[in-house]
Parts: sequence; C-alpha cells; structure tokens
Amino acid sequence: MSQSILIDGIEVPFKSNQTIMDAALAANIYIPHLCHNPCIKPHGSCKLCTVEVNGHTTSSCTTKAEDGQKVINNSEKLNKARLTITQMLFIEGNHLCPTCEKTGNCTLQAVAYHLGMLDGHFPQFYPKREVDASHPSIMLDRDRCILCELCVRASREFDKKDVFAIAGRGDNAHLIVNSPSGKLRDSDIEQNDLAAHICPVGAILIKERGYEIPIGCRTFDLRSVTEIDLGDVKLSEKSSHHE
Amino acid sequence: MEKETKNSNLRRVAIDPVTRVEGHGKITLLLDENNRVQEARLHIVEFRGFEKFIQGRPYWEVPFFVQRLCGICPVSHHLAAAKAIDQIVGVEQLTPTAEKLRRLLHFGQVLQSHALHFFHLSSPDLLFGFGSNLAHRNIIGVIEDYPDLALKGVKLRKYGQQIIKAISGKRIHGTAAIAGGMNKALAAEERNELLADINEVLVWSQDAVTLNEKIHVTHAENHNFAAIGSHFLSMVDDQGALELYHGGLRAKSVTGETIFDQFDYRGYQKIIREEVRPWSYMKFPFLTELGKEKGWYRVGPLARVNSCDYISTPLAEEARQRFKAFADGGFVQDTLAYHWARMIEVLHCAESIHDLLNDPDIYGTDLTVKSDEKRSEGIGVIEAPRGTLFHHYIVNDEGLIEKANLIVSTTSNNQAMNESVRAVADAYIDGHEITEGLLNHLEIAVRAYDPCLSCATHALGKMPLKIELVDASGQQVDRLFKHSDGTIER
Ligand code: SF4
Ligand code: FES
Repeated sequence: MSQSILIDGIEVPFKSNQTIMDAALAANIYIPHLCHNPCIKPHGSCKLCTVEVNGHTTSSCTTKAEDGQKVINNSEKLNKARLTITQMLFIEGNHLCPTCEKTGNCTLQAVAYHLGMLDGHFPQFYPKREVDASHPSIMLDRDRCILCELCVRASREFDKKDVFAIAGRGDNAHLIVNSPSGKLRDSDIEQNDLAAHICPVGAILIKERGYEIPIGCRTFDLRSVTEIDLGDVKLSEKSSHHE
Repeated sequence: MEKETKNSNLRRVAIDPVTRVEGHGKITLLLDENNRVQEARLHIVEFRGFEKFIQGRPYWEVPFFVQRLCGICPVSHHLAAAKAIDQIVGVEQLTPTAEKLRRLLHFGQVLQSHALHFFHLSSPDLLFGFGSNLAHRNIIGVIEDYPDLALKGVKLRKYGQQIIKAISGKRIHGTAAIAGGMNKALAAEERNELLADINEVLVWSQDAVTLNEKIHVTHAENHNFAAIGSHFLSMVDDQGALELYHGGLRAKSVTGETIFDQFDYRGYQKIIREEVRPWSYMKFPFLTELGKEKGWYRVGPLARVNSCDYISTPLAEEARQRFKAFADGGFVQDTLAYHWARMIEVLHCAESIHDLLNDPDIYGTDLTVKSDEKRSEGIGVIEAPRGTLFHHYIVNDEGLIEKANLIVSTTSNNQAMNESVRAVADAYIDGHEITEGLLNHLEIAVRAYDPCLSCATHALGKMPLKIELVDASGQQVDRLFKHSDGTIER
C-alpha cells in the first residue's frame, strides 16, 4: 500500500526509510537546505530545512516521513526564520560574494536570493580565519566555511578518508584538517575526492581556477535554487571536474 | 558591535569602500610671510589598504578583487592585474582573439570613463564659465541648455558600457580576463548590436573633439588656469604611437627631451621611486633619474597625447595634429587641455572599436593559452583613463599573494595636482579669506585630472570639500566647507 504525506497541501508519496526531505526532493518540492546532500547521510545541523510537522517544528532532512503527516514548508513564518538563519551565516563568516570564485555557483548565495535577503541585518563578526593553500591542487578558505560538515561526511563516508573535522564550539567552532601538521598538504585528500567538490560555498575549491565560467553561465544564473536537485548538481560538478 | 571590535581585523575595515568615498576632500593652503601661497596639500585617502587586503589571497582571484578599487574604471584594474597574472602563469603571448577582446574591453572602458569625466563632470564648468551660477552649473543645467550635447554624452558613455557588458557579462564588475586569456567569446549578435551604433559613436566623438578644441582655443583665460610645466610619463607602442593597452614606457621632460623610451615596464622600479611624506596617505612617485625634487611628472590624456609620435587611427591623428599646432609643435602644458586630449582619445577609442568590430579575430573562440611554467612575480601596466597604472604582485609557493604594489594614476599625478592647486590658489586668493569663488576654482583644477576625487559615488560633480588656510606661523586663519548638497559653511 502506498504511503504519502501532505506538504503544503500537496500529496507526496514516499518509500519506507525516506525522510521528509527525500520525499520532497523526489517530488520536486524545494525545501531550503544547506547541510543536506542526497548522496551523504543527513546531519541536521544548519536548520534551514526546518518544517512544521503536525504542528511541531523539525528538520526535514532528518525526520522520517510517516504516513499522513501534514507538513508546512513554504510559509511566511518559516521562510522568515530561514532568512534570519541565512543572515547569521553570512555575518558569522567573511563572505565577499563579488570577488568570490564561487559566486553564481554558491548555494548559500542562491538560498539568500531565494529568501529575499537584502542585507546581513546583524553586525558583521569579521572573524579571523586561516586560509590553507598548502595542497598542490585544493584550497581551503575558512573565511567562507558555514560548518555544514558536508566535506567531513563526504570524506568519511564516500571517500573513506576522514580528512576533515569540526573542532571547537559555538563562536570558536572551525573546520580542521586531520593531518599531523593540520595542513591539507599532509592529508590524503586528492583532487578527485568528493570532499574536494561538495562544499556548497567557496570554502573548498580547486586551485588556480578563477572565473573560467563567465557570469551568466553559472549554475544559479541558469536555474534557480528551487529547480536544482542539489544531489544532481554536486555529482555532475564532481564528474565535470574529473575530466 | 562588541563582536566587531573584539574580532575586527584591520585588513577588512581599512578598505571599506564607503570610507574611501564618503570622506571629504581636503586641501590645506600654506602661506608664506608675504601671504603668497607657498604650498598646497591635497589630502587623498588612498588605496594602500588594498595592497594589504590582497595579501594572502590566491593570485587567480586578484583580477576580480582589484576591480573593487574603483567604481569608474574597474576594468583598468582588472586588466592591469590580469596582465600581471599572465606572467605568473608563464603566459607571454595571448591568442589573437583574447588580446583583441581585452583591447576592445579596454577601449570601451576608456570611452565610457572619458565621456563621464567630460560630459557629466566637467562640461558644466567649461560651458557655463567658472564663475557662473553654481545651482545651474551641473549636468542638469547642461541638459536644460544644451540638450543635444548632454544626450550625446550620455549615449557615448552608454555605448562604452555596452561593450563592457558584452565582454564581461555586466556593466560594472563583471568577469572577463582570466590567467592566460579571456573566459568568453563575443557572440555574433553582441558584435552586430555594437556595430549597429558605431558610426553614430564616431560622429559624436568627432563632435566632442571639435567642441573641446573650440572651448580651449577660444578661451584665453583657460590656457593659464592651473598651468604648470611638467614632465610626462606614458606608454607608447613599439612605433611610438599612442597606446592604451600594451607597450613600452616613455618619459619626456618638460622641455621635450626623452628621459627614457620603450622601457620594459617590468623594470618600473628602476625608473620610478615613491616618496612618502608625513602629511599624506598617498605617496609621491618621481622619475629616479631626476630625483625627488625635480622628478615629478604627469600621466593621463595630456601626457599621452603630448608624448606620442602619432595616433594610429586617422581622425584622432588629425585631431592630435591640431592639438600640437596649438603649442606650435611643442607640449601643451595647459591643465585644462586635459579635457581636449581626453576627447582626442575618445575619438581614438571609437575608431579602434570600429576597426576591432570589423576584425574577424574578434569573434574567434580560441581564448586561452596554457603554460606549465610558473613565476613568482608579475607586473602588469596599462594606460587607464586617468593615466599609467601599475600592478605588481609577488606570489608564494602556494599561489598566495605575498606582496602587492600598486601605483594608480592619481598617485602619479599627486604632486602635479598639488602644484596646480597651488597655482590656482595663488592666483585667486584674496588676503586671508577663502572665498567660494576660490573653492570653485580649486575644484575645477582637481577635476581636470581626476573625477574619482571629485565625485565617485557622490552626486555628480558635487565633491564635499574642505579648504583650510594656514599662515606662516602655522596658525589656521580661515576655512571653508562645501557639503555635497552644495551648501557652504565657514
Ligand atoms: S568547508 Fe564547505 S563543506 Fe566543509 S564544512 Fe565548511 S562549508 Fe561545509
Ligand atoms: S538541511 Fe536539514 S538541517 Fe541542514
């Protein structure tokens, strides 16, 4: 017997073990998300995917779909909260979109556009964060890290390497590299690893590639974030980097 | 706010573009015992912060970062940096298409910047006269009294922006040049759209030259305004022709002798030094050979049109010959002739754009060159609208910028602007009082060189300006303040 949930009044079927996010993505319904990627186990840290299920708020990427659930996704209240979260992500890091190689390909930027973000609202933190360009082909610019842990999980689950981890708490939380020197150079990450391509922002980038894709031809110039199944994008990006 | 102070780091705060443009221009006039203006000090908040800011950033980001230096000529910084980065990735020669696209982009940029400089910012002073009603002496006044002219100015600028957009994706701060080439070919329809308007642009550019020539030649009082004699520094091509994108450096002395010629700009540190003076954020470059006192020079349209042997495009060359004839074949040193020279360059840009759009290479698709050789240093020089622009980068093994040195056109003209301001102040000062008339005249002198200082994001041509007068004993004897809305306060 087929099971289904209602997302904003639309009946959405699901298979057992699927989360609300899985079901929504399969049905082409966009729930804003940053720390979720279909090819990696969900983690539930960014809270952008928060929905109301039968009156309670929960992360849709970690909540199992259950027959008959009534899910509210695209409401003014939820989108307002998501906007605030996004603004906080911007001001907690150093995101200089106009000069960032990831501009137009950045999911954080795309989500911000989607939610109608016009400013940072909160005062900037201007944190001091380290750039690690020690690896011959991969660069880590912590200024842009939003601590989504996608690279941590991709390295562990997919690449079977465990290159990254998050250390510290609260304001002090930061991405570290599991190598004797703490530098990428001394880790076993390689250019073709998923971890080198999964970052939704411009924190992990392939070196020496700057602006090869013109403005107007970048991922989110061509399709809005709502049209894009994140998994497809990331995997196709990865395969295009394999050539 | 607490957070900001706790964690703030100078790197980021220092270049906040708002602080750069929101500050008031400030001029200090120093009197000698006889109450003559002995020295003028134009205080400019400079770009040094940017050199710090870029440290530690990867070299491949640099051409995009540096565009944020200037809202009027971002493309010049973009291209100067790209030329430096080409060297870092070991590329000596671009593909013909990439080189021509860069040139086309640059001509578009110079055209739009020059049009803005003259039509929007300076034409009101020149058309209505320096002493005319301030309320009317602005672009709105020009639109009212000379609607046809104002419209041409607006359209010329728009055409330049259209080129920039076609090549870089955006009218301002796009992406175009990448290490070793360009990132996008010019589509046939983009080229055709540009071709459709080029003949009109050529006519407007000729009109602009005629107008400026007439204004300058017929207004004898303009000839000596802010006049100084200076050496000139500019780039020329290997035949000695006017060159805006790539060539050798040429310096000519005030008396017309060659100081150096066809100098490979990668050795610029041998021929130019920069002096630091305690009262100014901005350095004072000088020609090494002539020393600190005598080695200051001017850059920009006046320097370029004076120093080149000829201009490669016929209409601009005719205009140049009339320009030279005005000074009987010698150098035109009149500061206000900057505008005349500027319009000759506009015409040269229009003619060059016409030629490039008709060159089959321009819609080629072979855009980049790769090389395995990496270098740790790159120096890119270009003739930006306001003059020679130097970008110098040193990169570490990891590809991060270790050191950057920029000499922007305004810096090169620093001493010259002070000299011009001094000349104007000395001619127009009346006793111990700074009059509104004096303030206006000082502003016009600065504007001949550089609109960046006189407007940037401010309402066009409305530079908030503070003038102070200091007597021989170091005492401030008067001051005047003009707000950006034009109101005056003492
Ligand atoms: S580097 Fe990128 S993928 Fe990794 S935690 Fe930071 S934002 Fe997420
Ligand atoms: S996407 Fe669900 S918490 Fe981040």
